[in-house]
Amino acid sequence: MRKGLRFLAVGVAAFGLVGLFPAAAQDDVFRVAAVSPSATNDLAFSQSMFDALTMLDEEMGDAFEFTFQEGTFVVDDAAVALRDWASSGEYDLVIAHGSQYGSVVEELAAEFPEVAFAWGTDVNTFDLPNVSAYTVAAEQGGYINGALAAMLSESGNIGVIGPIEVGDAKLYVDGFVSGVNATDPDATVNVTYIQSFGDVPLATEAATAFVSNGADVLSGTAQMVVGPIGVALEDGLWWFGTQSSQAELAAESGVSFQVYRWDVVLRDLIADIQEGTLGGESYVLTLENGGIEMEVSEFTGLDEETLATVEDTIASLTEGIISGDIVPLPSAEATPEATPAS
Amino acid sequence: MNRVIQVRTTSTNWLRAVGNRLLDVAPLLVALILAFLVGSVLLLALNVSPLAGFSSMLQGAFGSENTIAETLVKATPMLLVAIGICISFRGGMINVGGEGQMIAGAVAGVTVALALSTSPSLIAVPLSIFAGFLAGAIYGGLAGWLKAYFNVNEILSTIMLNAIAVQMMNYLLNGPLLDPTEAGVNHVPKTARIAEQLQIARLSIPLPEGVAELFSLQNAELFARTRLHWGLIIAIVLAVLAYFLLWRTTIGYRIRAVGENERAAKYAGIRVRWNMVLAMLFAGGFAGLAGVVQVLGLQYRLQTDGSATGFTANAGFNGIVAALFGGLNPLGAIPASIFFGGLLVGAQKMQRDLGVPAALITSLNGLIVIFAVSSEYFRAALARRRSLGGGSMSGAQPVTAPPETAETRIDPGDSIGLVSS
Amino acid sequence: MNILEVLGSIFTASVAAATLRLATPYLFAAIGETFAQRSGLLNLGVDGIMLMGAFSAFYAVLMTGNLLVGLAAAMIIGGLMGLAMAFISVTLKAQQGISGIGLYLFGLGMSELLFQTLVGTPKSIQGFPPIYIPGLSDIQFLGIGRIFFSQNILVYLAFLSVPVSAFIFNRTNFGLKIRAVGQNPAAADAMDVSVTRVRYATQIIGGVMAGVAGASLSIALLDVFQQNLTGGMGFIAVALVYFGRWKPLGVMLGALLFSFVNALQLQISAVGIQIPPEFSTMAPYVITIIALVFAGKQSERPTALTVPFQRGE
Repeated sequence: MRKGLRFLAVGVAAFGLVGLFPAAAQDDVFRVAAVSPSATNDLAFSQSMFDALTMLDEEMGDAFEFTFQEGTFVVDDAAVALRDWASSGEYDLVIAHGSQYGSVVEELAAEFPEVAFAWGTDVNTFDLPNVSAYTVAAEQGGYINGALAAMLSESGNIGVIGPIEVGDAKLYVDGFVSGVNATDPDATVNVTYIQSFGDVPLATEAATAFVSNGADVLSGTAQMVVGPIGVALEDGLWWFGTQSSQAELAAESGVSFQVYRWDVVLRDLIADIQEGTLGGESYVLTLENGGIEMEVSEFTGLDEETLATVEDTIASLTEGIISGDIVPLPSAEATPEATPAS
Repeated sequence: MNRVIQVRTTSTNWLRAVGNRLLDVAPLLVALILAFLVGSVLLLALNVSPLAGFSSMLQGAFGSENTIAETLVKATPMLLVAIGICISFRGGMINVGGEGQMIAGAVAGVTVALALSTSPSLIAVPLSIFAGFLAGAIYGGLAGWLKAYFNVNEILSTIMLNAIAVQMMNYLLNGPLLDPTEAGVNHVPKTARIAEQLQIARLSIPLPEGVAELFSLQNAELFARTRLHWGLIIAIVLAVLAYFLLWRTTIGYRIRAVGENERAAKYAGIRVRWNMVLAMLFAGGFAGLAGVVQVLGLQYRLQTDGSATGFTANAGFNGIVAALFGGLNPLGAIPASIFFGGLLVGAQKMQRDLGVPAALITSLNGLIVIFAVSSEYFRAALARRRSLGGGSMSGAQPVTAPPETAETRIDPGDSIGLVSS
Repeated sequence: MNILEVLGSIFTASVAAATLRLATPYLFAAIGETFAQRSGLLNLGVDGIMLMGAFSAFYAVLMTGNLLVGLAAAMIIGGLMGLAMAFISVTLKAQQGISGIGLYLFGLGMSELLFQTLVGTPKSIQGFPPIYIPGLSDIQFLGIGRIFFSQNILVYLAFLSVPVSAFIFNRTNFGLKIRAVGQNPAAADAMDVSVTRVRYATQIIGGVMAGVAGASLSIALLDVFQQNLTGGMGFIAVALVYFGRWKPLGVMLGALLFSFVNALQLQISAVGIQIPPEFSTMAPYVITIIALVFAGKQSERPTALTVPFQRGE
C-alpha cells in the first residue's frame, strides 16, 4: 500500500497526485500505534495509556516510536485508523485502547495475521495468535479507595459519579461500594451513572446533588470527573480518583488515586513480539504485578496523622488483596483472571 | 465535484449549459479555497506545513484503494440520511433528527436480524432492512405528526427525539439486547454479532485482465481487501429513485408544493398536514436505512459508548450538510457525501501522520459550510447578471421569499448552488 | 420510606437551587437568541458561540486571574461571532439554519483546538463565588435563603435579563423596531427603519449573550473547561425560544422546566432511588415535548424568521 503515484478511482482522478509514503525501514526501532476514545490529557483512561507510551519512549529512546490518535470515540473512525496502520505494515504493535473497539480488532486481526494487535480493556483474544488483550482489576483500587472513603467520611454519606455501567468504570464503582460496605456497614454510598463519559455540567450537578444530600466524600471515574473534582474542591470534600493521577487538579481535596500502569503490560508485550510471539495472551493489571499503583496525593489537605493512617491502610489492604485474604468483589463479578499468569 | 454539473441540463445547447454550470460551481470552489486558506493559517500556527497537512489529508481520503474505500464507506450513511433530508427540507420540514432516526432504524433492524439469525438471507436481510426503514420512518413521522397536528416545531422536537433515542438505545443495549457474552465481563453496550448470512456483502469490482498490474494493485479485484460494502450501491440507487420521486411523481410534487408555499398548496387542494407527515416519514425512513445499513453492512452489531455519535459517527448531522451541499437534490447529494466523507477520513489521517488535532478539521468543516452557503450570494449575483444578459438559466429562484410562506420555509432548491429544481 | 418521605427527599431546596443554576446558561443563550429571532434571524450556531465564550473566559481568567476580564473576553468573542453570523445571514443572505450549523462546527472545533494547544490538561480556576447576603442568605424557611440568595452573580444576571429584555421588546423604540423588522421587514423598511442595522444589532446581542452563557459555565458554575463543555446546550436554548413563543417570560419558564426535571433526576439517584438511569436521563426531553404539545399555537412566531430581506423584490 505504500507505492507512490497511484491511479485513483473514476471521478477522483484529479486528486490522484499525492503519495510517496515514507518507506518503512526494517530497522531496530519498535513502532507502536494506538487509538483511544478520549483526549490524551483527560486525566483518565486515555491519558493512562498515553503516559505509559511516553514513559517507554523516554526509557527506550531511539529504539521506540509511537503514534497516537486520540479523541476517537466513534468506533468506526477507530476502525479506519487501525486498518490504515495494519495495512501500512510499518507498526510492530497496533493498540486499540478501548473495550468498544473489540469487534474491529477481531475482524482486522484475522485479516492481517502478520500484525500484532493489543486491545483492552478486555480479556478476549478471540483465539487469534496475533491478538493480546489487556485489562485492569479496577475493583482492587476501587475497594481500597472505598475503604478509605468510609474511614474519612464523617457524615457516613458518600457519592460516586460514573459514566455508563461498563468495563473498568463498573468494576471500579462496584469495588468502591464493596470497600465502603466492608469498612463501615452503616455508611451510605450512592451511585449516579450519568450516561455520558464527557458531560461535565451534568457530572458537576450530580456531584452537587450528592453534596446537598450530605455527602462529604466523592469519587468517580471517566473524563467528566473534572467537574465533580471542582465541586469537591469548592465544598472542601475528599476526592478519590482512578485511571490516572488527578492529584494536581484535585489539590488539597485529593486523597488517593488508582493509577493504571499500562507500561507493565507493554513491556511484556514488546519483549514477546521481539521474540516473535505476536499475541495470544491476555494480561490483567493488578496490585500484585505492579500494574495498579495506589498514589497518595502529594497535595492532599489531610493532616500528618491521618495521612499516615491512610498510607498504612493502603499498605495493609494491598497486602490483603494480594494474598487473597480480601476479595474486593465476588468472583462472578470481578475481573476474570489472565489466561496465563503474567 | 465537477461530475454533478452534468446531472441535468435543460438547455439544448449542451456546451452553454456546461458553461453555466461551471459558473454555478465556481463560487463554491472559491469557498472551498477560502476555507483551506484559513486552514493553512491554522496549520502554520501549529507549526505544520500546510502542504504536508493537506497532502496528508488528500492521501488519507483518496490516496489508495483502501482510503478510497473508507471514504465511500463514510459517505454511505451520510448519503442515505441526505436523501431523506432532501425530501423533508423540500417539504419545508427542517429535520435535524437524523441521528435519532438512524438509531431507531438500527435498533429495529438489528433486533429483527438477531431474531431471524437462522433464516435464509433472502428473507431475513430484506426484512431487517425494511424494519430499519419502518422504524426510522415512524420516528421521523412522529415529529411530522407533532408538527402538522400540534404545531410543535420540528427542529425542537427532533433535537429532543434524538436525545430520547440515545437513551432508548442505551437501555436496550444494557439490557434486553446486550450481547450475552458481555453480560459478566465488560458490559460494553453492544448486541451480539449478527449471523454471517445476514450481513450485507462486501463490494469489490472485478477488473479486466492486466489493469491490476498496470496500476500495481495488490488484488485482481478493486476494493477486494477493504470494508466497502453494497450499502453504497443501495444508497446510490435510492438517491436516483428519490430524485424521481421528488420531481417525477405527484407525491413528490405535493411535498414540494407544501414546502414552497403552504398556503398556495392548500388552495390547490393539497392535504398540507398529511404531506408534512409524509415528508418526515420519508426522511426518517432513509435515516433509518442509514442506521440499519451501518449495522448489517459494516459493524455487524449495534454498539455505542452511550452517546449518539458513538454509533452514528455524526452521519445524521453530516447528512444535512451533504444534502445542502448537493443543492437539496438527491443526485447532488451523491458527490457531496463523497466529498465530505473524504474530508472526514482525510482529517483523521492528518491527525495520525502529523499530530494535528482532529478538532482543526471540525472547525474547518464548519468554515467550509459557512463559506459555501455564503457563496450562494455571489452565485445568485452571477446568475442575475447572466439572466439579464439573456443566458439560459436552469431555474434559479429569487433569493427572497414572500413573507407569508415563512412559516415552514427553508430556502428551496437553489440555496446552495450546484443543482436546480 | 413512605411515599411522603420519598417525595420530601426528592423535592428539596437543593433541587430548587440546582434548577436555578442549571437554567442559567440556557437563559443567557435563549434570551440572546430571542433577540435574534424576534428580528427574523435564526442562529443555530449558539452552541458554537457558547463553547468559544466558555473557552475565552476560562483562558482569560487562567492568565489574568481576573473574572471580569474573563467575562469581557467571552462577551467580545461572542459579539464577534454574532457579528460574523450577522454578516453571513444579513449581508450575504445565506441560508440561516445551515450557516448556523457551520458556525457551531467552527466553535466546537476551534474551542477544542485552542484548549489543546494553549491549556492542554484540565485545570481548574477560581470562578465567581456565591454571593452571601447577610440576613437573606440565612432564611431557613423553605430553604429560601439557599435557593434564592446564595447563588453567584451570573445566576442573578441571567434571571435579570428576562425582565430587562421583556422591557426592551415591549417598551422601547428599539424593541418596536426589532418586532417590526421580524414581522414585516418591507413595511419597516418603508418607515425608514434599517432592517440591516437592526438585525446586525440583535445578532450581536445574541452573540454576546451566548458568549456569557458559555462563560457562566466555565468561570461561574463549573470553573473548568473541557472539550465540548456545553454538550449541545445551545441547541436546547434555541429550542427553548420556540418553546417560550418568543417571549422572555416563556423562555424562562421553559428553561426552568427543563432544568427542574434535570435536577430532579440527579436528586433521585443521589438519594439512592433506583430507576434505570436511561429513563431518568431522557425524562427532561420527553417532558419538554409533551409540554410543547400543550403549548398550543405558535401565532407569535416572527413572520419573517429565516427570511433574508431584499429591498424591492
